[in-house]
Amino acid sequence: MTSVTAPGITAGRLSADALAEAFGDLHAPLDPHEVRVAADRCYFCYDAPCVTACPTDIDIPLFIRQIATGTPEAAARTIFEQNILGGMCARVCPTEDLCEGACVRELAEGKPVEIGRLQRHATDTLMARQGHPFTRAPATGKRIAVVGAGPAGLSCAHRLAMLGHDVTIHEARPKPGGLNEYGIAAYKSTDDFAAREAAWLMQIGGIAIQTGSALGDGLTVDGLVADFDAVFLAVGLGGVNALGAAGDDHASVNDAVNFIADLRQAGDLADIAVGRHVVVIGGGMTAVDAAVQSKLLGAESVTIAYRRDRDRMGASRYEQDLAASHGVRIMFNVQPHAIHDGEIELEYTADTGTGLSGTGETIRLSADQVFRAIGQTLTTDGGLTIADRKIAVTGAGRTTRTGVWAGGDCAQGGDDLTVTAVAQGRDAAMDIHAALVGDA
Amino acid sequence: MADLTTDFVGIKSPNPFWLASAPPTDKEYNVRRAFDAGWGGVVWKTLGAEGPPVVNVNGPRYGVIHGADRRVLGINNIELITDRPLEVNLEEMARVKADYPDRALIASIMVPCEEQAWRDILSRVQETNADGIELNFGCPHGMAERGMGSAVGQVPEYIEMVVRWCKAYYDRPVIVKLTPNITDIRKPAQAAKNGGADAVSLINTINSITSVDLDMMAPQPTIDGKGTHGGYCGPAVKPIAMNMVAEIARDPATYGMPISGIGGIGTWRDAAEFMALGCGNVQVCTAAMTYGFKIVAEMKSGLSQWMDEKGYASTADFVGMAVPNVTDWQYLNLNYVAKAQIDQDKCISCGRCYAACEDTSHQAIAMSPDRTFSVIDEECVACNLCVDVCPVDDCITMIAMTPGSIDPRTGKEVLKEYANWTTHPNNPGAVAAE
Ligand SMILES: Cc1cc2nc3c(=O)[nH]c(=O)nc-3n(C[C@H](O)[C@H](O)[C@H](O)COP(=O)(O)OP(=O)(O)OC[C@H]3O[C@@H](n4cnc5c(N)ncnc54)[C@H](O)[C@@H]3O)c2cc1C
Ligand code: SF4
Repeated sequence: MTSVTAPGITAGRLSADALAEAFGDLHAPLDPHEVRVAADRCYFCYDAPCVTACPTDIDIPLFIRQIATGTPEAAARTIFEQNILGGMCARVCPTEDLCEGACVRELAEGKPVEIGRLQRHATDTLMARQGHPFTRAPATGKRIAVVGAGPAGLSCAHRLAMLGHDVTIHEARPKPGGLNEYGIAAYKSTDDFAAREAAWLMQIGGIAIQTGSALGDGLTVDGLVADFDAVFLAVGLGGVNALGAAGDDHASVNDAVNFIADLRQAGDLADIAVGRHVVVIGGGMTAVDAAVQSKLLGAESVTIAYRRDRDRMGASRYEQDLAASHGVRIMFNVQPHAIHDGEIELEYTADTGTGLSGTGETIRLSADQVFRAIGQTLTTDGGLTIADRKIAVTGAGRTTRTGVWAGGDCAQGGDDLTVTAVAQGRDAAMDIHAALVGDA
Repeated sequence: MADLTTDFVGIKSPNPFWLASAPPTDKEYNVRRAFDAGWGGVVWKTLGAEGPPVVNVNGPRYGVIHGADRRVLGINNIELITDRPLEVNLEEMARVKADYPDRALIASIMVPCEEQAWRDILSRVQETNADGIELNFGCPHGMAERGMGSAVGQVPEYIEMVVRWCKAYYDRPVIVKLTPNITDIRKPAQAAKNGGADAVSLINTINSITSVDLDMMAPQPTIDGKGTHGGYCGPAVKPIAMNMVAEIARDPATYGMPISGIGGIGTWRDAAEFMALGCGNVQVCTAAMTYGFKIVAEMKSGLSQWMDEKGYASTADFVGMAVPNVTDWQYLNLNYVAKAQIDQDKCISCGRCYAACEDTSHQAIAMSPDRTFSVIDEECVACNLCVDVCPVDDCITMIAMTPGSIDPRTGKEVLKEYANWTTHPNNPGAVAAE
């Protein structure tokens, strides 16, 4: 074991025990008593605002009432009927901006009903006690190709399989799950949940998955359109934006998503190298996750450098506080100016009204390791029309090409959240179903 | 500071809060703890006749109804009267009374309906220096099957007869505890009065099955696969108890007879409500069984603060003040018109008022796309359901319409004059207003 103050980028800064504790569940499951108290707080609102706020429209008051009356399995069905990845969403949704943010008790007393944790209780209970809760409709004989096995692809594939279609998923990576498996912070998806959830979801049957099979790599949209009755693209955002600062290609600069993916796939967290002084450039969830996990791995100082002010930050207030509570410093209105050996030079910014520009004043911070977390970009467009740097879609994910749908991060319109990806996958499946069998 | 001391049928106590005859008052140990905690009096757990004591079941005695967060709303019990020897109870009572002379100590009694049985026990009770007796004519289970408890309380003639014996053989106050398991509570109260009772106390517990175990298919509490009806008490029974108290308080035949109020009292406010309906004091059981004896501290401080605010120097100042306002439906003013009003600053937009009114009442609440809820005066009949289901205090209130204005629902003027059903044109039996 090295130490927190060991210079440079090095592995094993903390003991195995310390790492295990640091990367434990962010929101531990509620115990039965907590479940009861939490469920009793729901007012069973009319046309509840939380339902409107949930991108997948889960009937939250109904599932909480089902929990309160001792039938968490029925509650889980209510959740899964709308959102087959309800288990992961319960762990990763920024509920403070979604369902819980809309809870009337948030307005009444600043303490919303703990919807996310109750959702986790229900879904965990069902997944532990029962096999797969849904069965397939009679076979339609239709075959659909789904590209990408992230939340959007899995959600779409499951719904299509349920409706009686046969689905083939092409996934570039060795494992399904997309960012659930490779991107979400480790302390949100503990105990290999992403993999377990994907396996559980596949139990519906009718879904064949080909991993290591990437669009663009022998596979083409033309080919898929020719071979299948419909195609759903859910490739996410593969590329990472460049910093555009001198030293962008400096050895100390890395993509946050790669760092996180390595961390998520590590058999032993002690193998993951982290700097003594880490600076993360960006202001979204990825920036927070890279920063917090660097700290948890034992970095001595971690700073998030964001070019705008707090209000514009993509990470929610809750995420910002989470970072702060782990000792991460967040600097606002700074952008990278130059990367030096062991240091980063940041320039202060000001909003000129027409855009952001550097003020000329700079500050240097120690930095053995710099992470880029300034957004991901679409890399595989499949030759489709692009709008807002994503695949252009109308309605429930219809692209400009007949027979091809798209959803999730790669498609126009979403919020780059797991739950919106799930909603888009599901809705595209319903639209594909309607288009193929025409009985919508 | 308001004076909480009470004089109930000549029995003095430092406050009007007594513990009812029940498990909390079964032993010297409990009663000492109760007095140390500040209770004004206790009615000792019911004594039976000399001889082998009754036996209780050895399985669960209590069933429960929970509200949100497992809050106890009601408990039922299948416990009997004291299962300890009479001698032990009497000795303990005498000791406790000697040590706490300023507190009320009442003996609760249930013996067979025979003159000699009553005569025997009354002389024994006399020796304890208890301040009075309470006749347990209320227990609905176990003893009733043996011709005691509610079996007596349901037959006014028996009540009168037993009270006469007690007044003949005992020279301190006699309180008759009434069972609610009867159609007209006024009848046993009248019988008690006719027999010469000093007061009635009510209610005893209500026949009940609190729940059914769906695995065993048996009522709870379940003893070896079977259950029986028990006596229900706790906050859930308070409305039933207050109605019965009010019935007796306003019955010309029993008007003015002292009443000790029992039934779901757990806070100073509950107590004040019973007292406003004519109770000279109150008895508490379930709340103590739920939270322990310390609750009396809140009851005392709360009642005295409220009395100070209202300017009542002693409890006698407000006892019975609400009785004149309890009337029959036919005398309610049909010209009084109110409308619900929603305070938008307090509203949290849960929409429960909307669901309740739209689905089950008069479609008198409008919901806008931005979840603003407002009352449609043209439809509102002032039923109060929205007020009842709203989770926020005072968010929805009923506002009386000023006489002279037009009720948008009926298009008619709101009249100032009082007019009730007895003179209403729709009433076939209406009499012309004088
Ligand atoms: C670090 C990080 C943390 C996040 N934290 C949260 C969070 O806490 N809560 C939240 O709601 N959201 C979070 N998000 C966002 C969320 O993970 C995404 O919005 C969501 O995963 C999008 O789902 P998707 O199915 O569209 O894409 P992805 O999850 O990206 O899945 C796309 C899949 O397609 C595959 N693929 C890509 N290209 C090809 C190709 N050419 N051929 C075949 N397969 C291909 C990929 O391997 C991947 O499996 C986070 C994102 C990141 C990066
Ligand atoms: S899926 Fe997410 S937003 Fe929807 S109810 Fe569950 S936790 Fe809330």
